[in-house]
Amino acid sequence: MLSRRIIPCLDVRDGQVVKGVGFRDHVVIGGIVELALRYRDEGADELVFYDITASPEGRSVDRAWVQSISDQIDIPFCVAGGIRSVVEARSVLNAGADKISVNSPALERPALIAELAEAFGEQCVVVGIDSLRDADGEWRVRQYTGDPGKTRSLACRTLDWVEEVQALGAGEIVLNCMAADGVRSGYDIEQLLAVRKVCRVPLVASGGAGKREHFAEVFRNADVDAALAASIFHSGELPIPVLKNYLREQAIEVRDVA
Amino acid sequence: MTAKVVLLDSGGANLGSVQAAFARLGVEAPVTANVAAIRAATHVVLPGVGAAAVTMARLHENGLNLILPTLAQPLLGICVGMQVMYEYSEEGDTCCLGLLPGNIRRLPGGEGARVPHMGWNRLRPITSHPLLNGLDDAWMYFVHGYAASVGGQTLASCEHGEPFTAVVGSGRRFGVQFHPERSGAAGAHLLKNFLALR
Repeated sequence: MLSRRIIPCLDVRDGQVVKGVGFRDHVVIGGIVELALRYRDEGADELVFYDITASPEGRSVDRAWVQSISDQIDIPFCVAGGIRSVVEARSVLNAGADKISVNSPALERPALIAELAEAFGEQCVVVGIDSLRDADGEWRVRQYTGDPGKTRSLACRTLDWVEEVQALGAGEIVLNCMAADGVRSGYDIEQLLAVRKVCRVPLVASGGAGKREHFAEVFRNADVDAALAASIFHSGELPIPVLKNYLREQAIEVRDVA
Repeated sequence: MTAKVVLLDSGGANLGSVQAAFARLGVEAPVTANVAAIRAATHVVLPGVGAAAVTMARLHENGLNLILPTLAQPLLGICVGMQVMYEYSEEGDTCCLGLLPGNIRRLPGGEGARVPHMGWNRLRPITSHPLLNGLDDAWMYFVHGYAASVGGQTLASCEHGEPFTAVVGSGRRFGVQFHPERSGAAGAHLLKNFLALR
């Protein structure tokens, strides 16, 4: 049986890993490769690297660090940040990334998802969605969330966008529940469950992990395929082996920690 | 005899990752479509990421479709590299190399089994084989939407909605549906087992 994945997320800014609260006020956590190796050793199932300023700054990911991660890491990793074309995606994949994730550029031009799926296969194409509930109770998509000054709210309903990206060829969806992000009071189960009902491809929960119980809850109650988290891992507060042993005790299938 | 490995230029995006995986084992594995270099190798690897049609187009373009059936040394296809060793793939209605009997079909999925199959899953050995030494029930990393059914050449299966071929072997032709280059220590172990085959 396919195991549930634990995915540390590394936000990259100016060649270093940073973490912010509510997508703001970033502080440096450490070097990219050094953190990647630490998580690999601890039993992370996959890593995600977000070049958080690439999209707002209108540039693509820096390939040099992608290459150095690929040379040293033997678990899969996904790279996100301002990938706007098949040509840019190819260079990131050729540098060694296993998957590429698109967010703002896919909102600018949804056909990008279909082009990427055609060129590399849907299994390479992850679509990241930043979502927030509006006053009318609807979840809607946000764009350019890497830079608070440029973040835009869109008229697009999150559930409609989830349907559309799947039709275009998304192989996986990462749902960033912005209201929960950095608050550490648990994943947004209500929203994830609503998305799960319309999501036929693997779904990754993002935003809100504050303790190990939150992971069990999101796997059990929202049936997500993977859970992504950052600060709880970066701080050393919840070592991945401890988390995995706990999940196994909860009868949630996870890969054995080597 | 030390292993002399070549990676066939299938155009797949994982060529660099597979090369790095061999480098971590201390083995240089150049990417090539050169016939003389391929003939001189002790082990040949056919990596692959992406769509079957794109991979086959590349193999036709550089002539490897004609070289591959003539190879006598151990051959290892990885992911789409394994899939194109079969006769036909539903993905893009693609005619493949025919080095292994059977076809590649879309995974049907099912309750809780989303397609693409993405993540870590366990091998279920069907027959014992040196390629799988020490890898009973090992966790490997899979990312694919298509697969081969379990057949007579299946060495190990895996389950996602239904059983499919995770490791195939026929004579000196082998294939793995997962990515050993991204499967941590277990993946490295499989590559070592492959290099030990003669």
